[in-house]
Amino acid sequence: MSKITDGPTSTTELKVKAEARKLNFYYGAFHALKSIDMPIYERKVTALIGPSGCGKSTYLRCFNRMHDLYPGNRYDGEIRLQPDNTNLLNPQVDPIEVRMRISMVFQKPNPFPKTIYENVAYGLRVRGVRGVKILDEKIEQALRGAALWDEVKDRLQDLAFNLSGGQQQRLCIARALATEPEILLFDEPTSALDPIATASIEELIADLKDKVTILIVTHNMQQAARVSDFTAYMYLGEMIEFDATDTIFIKPKNKATEDYITGRFG
Amino acid sequence: MLKQDIGEIRALILKHKRWDFMFAICGVVALMIGVLTFAALFVGMAIDGLPRLSWDFFTNFPSRRSEHAGILSAWVGTTLVMLVTAVAAIPVGVGAAVYLEEYAPKNILTDIIEINVTNLAGVPSIVYGLLALGLFVYTFGFGQSILSAGLTLGLLILPVVIVATRESIRSIPSVIREGAYALGATKWQTTADHILPYSAPGIMTGIIIGMARAIGETAPVITIGALTFIAFLPPAPIQRTFPFFNFDWLTSSFTVMPIQMFNWTSRPEAAFHENAAAAGLVLVFMTLSMNAMAIYVRYRLRKNIKW
Repeated sequence: MSKITDGPTSTTELKVKAEARKLNFYYGAFHALKSIDMPIYERKVTALIGPSGCGKSTYLRCFNRMHDLYPGNRYDGEIRLQPDNTNLLNPQVDPIEVRMRISMVFQKPNPFPKTIYENVAYGLRVRGVRGVKILDEKIEQALRGAALWDEVKDRLQDLAFNLSGGQQQRLCIARALATEPEILLFDEPTSALDPIATASIEELIADLKDKVTILIVTHNMQQAARVSDFTAYMYLGEMIEFDATDTIFIKPKNKATEDYITGRFG
Repeated sequence: MLKQDIGEIRALILKHKRWDFMFAICGVVALMIGVLTFAALFVGMAIDGLPRLSWDFFTNFPSRRSEHAGILSAWVGTTLVMLVTAVAAIPVGVGAAVYLEEYAPKNILTDIIEINVTNLAGVPSIVYGLLALGLFVYTFGFGQSILSAGLTLGLLILPVVIVATRESIRSIPSVIREGAYALGATKWQTTADHILPYSAPGIMTGIIIGMARAIGETAPVITIGALTFIAFLPPAPIQRTFPFFNFDWLTSSFTVMPIQMFNWTSRPEAAFHENAAAAGLVLVFMTLSMNAMAIYVRYRLRKNIKW
């Protein structure tokens, strides 16, 4: 693990929210992640960058055990979640428990073919929340959190598909926020959106980090530079460099990182 | 660089386009063979049968005299058999399909089962009839009854329901499924709240198409011993006195529309052939309306679902 020299928010003390230790991941015989060690700091935005196929999405999807849905996948090593020091990858830990603590926003907006209200309510319903009053309250809170409330408050019973792409993605963020997760995972959340919608999502991510720890995969280096506090550069399943975003972009220690950042490679 | 003058290019395009025209002709001919054959059969049947269609035709039992013969026992039998078929095939077929798609571990055993389910759709219906004769009629002792027939046809359309349900489940994008799991849903929550509702249009279509196939089946129903001449109705399923439902009809003997038709066409008198044509018209109408229903249901349910 790299030593953090000068974080952009060095005034406040950094707390580790989660930490990957000797994390290896295999798709069948393919060794996709190679011994990754990396901390995720609480209430910070950590960006994962690297060329296509470098394993950044694979890494992200370890955090909510998404790989458990498909056969032939195997984890090795640990991801420790604080404060209870649970190893998320422990086979004895139910992936459903992990997903209740760590939410995810996908690459393409994936609202359910239900109403706006029901989309946001689903995570709460899964947890057995039934009261209409508490649902209404939580849904409003989540939609406000995702900067969508003013646009949809008069049409909560409309189908989510009637929203624009950017609104749909913010709805998915609201859906992920409604259950008050400890970590929010973003898997290239703006790659299917136009520049204006992208800007609004980025703004939202900046607002959200006061409340929640964020881990974001992006193929767009400018985006990583704009939204993140820490950045990890990955290549061929390995963590090449992890440091404060400013350090990574201004004076990376590793030549490979520098080549990628400056566009000589990638 | 290939250099051609504009005249040559035009001649070339013209030459290539001849094949467009040729194929269009072949396509139209192929299409007409199918459509015209059906139209000719249908019109022939309509000309023979339409004069016989009257209220009495629906409310009369079969009779020795052609002008008094009707399809009452046949359409009631068909309706009741279809009811049993639906009750048997829908839960089993949908359940099996959901299990295969969402729950079954992906291994060789599952693959073998999958291949066999698809192949079952191609097993000749008479084979199902023989199986049912041994299993339902004798082993389980259901006799030559509506229950046996309904279960037999249910078995027959099971592969259709399973395949249609699986196709429909597969058409749900994986990101939707992942979206549900990512919120902490269990397999059953994902299935009940997302997979089944979103695949309902396809499942309904599959069920109705399966039923439309079952309604015209003759061979397996004859095999298990449907009567060809029957002049009484099964006991009514609903009664005035407690407990209001009566299941005696399940064990009643019966006939169905295709068997009634078969019986009439095998008579020497031409008047009975007209009866058969009229019954055929009714049967075609039943099948077509089921298909129309399938199209409507799919349209209505899909309106809210677009991927």
